[in-house]
Amino acid sequence: MTAPARPVTLAVDTGTGGILLWVVLPYVCLAVFVLGHVWRYRYDKFGWTTRSSQLYERRLLRIGSPLFHFGILVVLLGHIGGLVIPKSWTEAVGVGEHTYHVGAVVLGTVAGVATLGGLAVLIYRRRTVGPVFSATTRNDKAMYVFLALTIVLGLSATVAANAVGGGYDYRETISPWFRSLFYLQPDPEPMTGAPILFQLHAISALLLFAFWPFTRLVHMLTAPLGYLTRPYIVYRSRDPRLAAREPRRGWERTGS
Amino acid sequence: MPRGEAGIGRVMAQMAMVMNLDKCIGCHTCSVTCKQAWTNRTGVEYVWFNNVETRPGQGYPRRYEDQDTWKGGWELNRKGRLTLKAGGRFKKLVQIFSNPVLPSLDDYYEPWTYDYETLTNAPLQEHTPVARPKSLISGKDMKISWSANWDDDLAGSAATGEKDVLLNQVSEKIKLEFEQTFMFYLPRICEHCLNPSCAASCPSGAIYKRTEDGIVLVDQDRCRGWRMCVTGCPYKKVYFNHRTGKAEKCTFCFPRVEVGLPTVCSETCVGRLRYIGLVLYDADRVLEAASTTDEKDLYEAQRQVFLDPNSPDVIAAAEREGIPRDWIEAARRSPVHALISTYKMALPLHPEYRTLPMVWYIPPLSPVVDAVRDTGRDAEDHRNLFAAVDALRIPVDYLAQLFTAGDPAPVDAVLRRLAAMRAYMRDINLGREPDASIPREVGMSEEQMYDMYRLLALAKYDERYVIPPAHAEQAHQLEELATECSLDYEGGPGMGGSGPFGETSGGAVPIAVENYRALRDRQTSDTSAAPTDKATRVNLLDWDGRGRPPGLFPPGETDDEGPAS
Repeated sequence: MTAPARPVTLAVDTGTGGILLWVVLPYVCLAVFVLGHVWRYRYDKFGWTTRSSQLYERRLLRIGSPLFHFGILVVLLGHIGGLVIPKSWTEAVGVGEHTYHVGAVVLGTVAGVATLGGLAVLIYRRRTVGPVFSATTRNDKAMYVFLALTIVLGLSATVAANAVGGGYDYRETISPWFRSLFYLQPDPEPMTGAPILFQLHAISALLLFAFWPFTRLVHMLTAPLGYLTRPYIVYRSRDPRLAAREPRRGWERTGS
Repeated sequence: MPRGEAGIGRVMAQMAMVMNLDKCIGCHTCSVTCKQAWTNRTGVEYVWFNNVETRPGQGYPRRYEDQDTWKGGWELNRKGRLTLKAGGRFKKLVQIFSNPVLPSLDDYYEPWTYDYETLTNAPLQEHTPVARPKSLISGKDMKISWSANWDDDLAGSAATGEKDVLLNQVSEKIKLEFEQTFMFYLPRICEHCLNPSCAASCPSGAIYKRTEDGIVLVDQDRCRGWRMCVTGCPYKKVYFNHRTGKAEKCTFCFPRVEVGLPTVCSETCVGRLRYIGLVLYDADRVLEAASTTDEKDLYEAQRQVFLDPNSPDVIAAAEREGIPRDWIEAARRSPVHALISTYKMALPLHPEYRTLPMVWYIPPLSPVVDAVRDTGRDAEDHRNLFAAVDALRIPVDYLAQLFTAGDPAPVDAVLRRLAAMRAYMRDINLGREPDASIPREVGMSEEQMYDMYRLLALAKYDERYVIPPAHAEQAHQLEELATECSLDYEGGPGMGGSGPFGETSGGAVPIAVENYRALRDRQTSDTSAAPTDKATRVNLLDWDGRGRPPGLFPPGETDDEGPAS
């Protein structure tokens, strides 16, 4: 590997700045991600939906939506493979660095282009189709900015690294940092040396995660995988609370 | 009951409806009152939980019966097993990002309002200002070109009649004879099926069938807007709220039914053609009935699923399943059970969808009567009517397409019974000797015929609607305090605004913003129009302004006798 002598990075060392960016920010964002979802689920189950706009327009959605969603699912799998699974594990099963790298670049590029292309179609549709645009909230727009930024940064980091220096082995730096967060022994050290595009991608992704529970992206967490195993017809007993409004807090009846 | 006494499975109660199509005049009162009660909100402007279609016609949404296109309901696969027509679980999940067979808004219609403001704030001008139609989707000016009942009363016209899905299925000869137009109205609500394909299609498991009364509901907190239910329902009676991103459907007015009131559509039905009551059925036989090989046997197979509430075995089995005694009693008095099983007058709508629908219909005799009358013969004579039922294949075959998957025999039988009732009762009404041979010809006794006449023609309120209230002895919340504001529930507008993400966030607005028990008391008490405390009330409308109306102020210490000066 002909690693570049010193990649361009955000001008922070492992000092305070590094700790803020690579220890404090990730924990804050992940905490908001988890607690935000808990809060949203408890408070706003009714708002927990895909808010599909297929009723308004389906020709563009038919192309853009599967392209984006299947693309992002592959991207998600790629991130799990790259960030969560240690390099030593893949090497132990006989996948060398080169094989891994070629596989990751090919699959990642295909998935990334599909995701970005799908996102472009969806954003174009959202802007140009009148009813869809008028159903777009400010929250949606902000979410699109974060989402698009994260995807563009991630794709350009990969492209730039491969175009300039034959690839960047993030499994030596970013992955250990990412895993160290979950060992509760956060180590900002490897991250400070990563190329700036990877760093920006990580930061934008963290911010996206912090924003996530408050957007329509929550639908991802309730992907209906249970459908594969549950019986077709769901029977439920009458909900005594459904036809009645809840008593005000402090005014619930006690006893019978 | 010919079968099943030996092995009664899981007994369940189902709240069901029968509509007598002969009495429907197509006034759309049911649709309008339902709309006012349930779908007068943003996001569901285009939605009619209850709609009335003119048949022949396209229906709403357009051509919804064309399951080759819309893939609703169930079908038997090559192995003869019941599968969803739109594909199984895995296919559904693969297609979740873009449902290929979801009707678009054009298939329903683009909802609109009128720019009424122009009428009041237009400047003085030569011509009267007009209120232009504005799309409720885009907000722009639009040309109204379709609606939920755009082809109302146009059954025979070439523009819409030819697009009727069923007419394309009946034979060529019938199409050629189509100049002899016939027409009737078909009010439709959710069928609250025994084997609901919408519930089976829901990836989130948000659509459920209530164990107590079989009403199929969408849990608004669990629905994630995957839209598969809209495809799954062959009747297209699940709708997507495009503002909240959730599916909505007819609720059988469950807050009313739970306190013993009929649904809004039934309550307001001008023709008094709707019947509501319980049916007991064997839940273990549902799958077997829905998997019947021959489509034409599905009507009979579904009737075999129902249990006879007068049979002691059924009553014992029902009690074992925890069905309350008063519900069993209500099932015995149920007009729906009488019309489906005793008189065999009601037929299911499109049994070939294999969902075992629970809103049944008495097919209309009126096209036949009209045809006989047009020939100048006596349209009340049963021999003429019987002959006409045999001769007039157009209406009968068409009705068979609707109600029996194309088998004319059950439709024939129902129409003959209706004709017999007509002829038999005419003799009685004219003071002539009733002819006992008429009921016998259609396999009924004279007493049965009279009872059926009473149920169908007189249709008394208490006999049309036999609705046992839900058992909610523990649910004190049902008894709301009349002093509370109806918007004053936890987190509601009365408690300080909507959720943090705008109007669609936060909790769903509770349905019981009206106290249904109080409503029932008002509707069923003798004094609803004349309150008991009337004497103490003050009517300021006929107060002429002079003096002090008695009772306006509490009696003082000095002037007990009204004005002092």
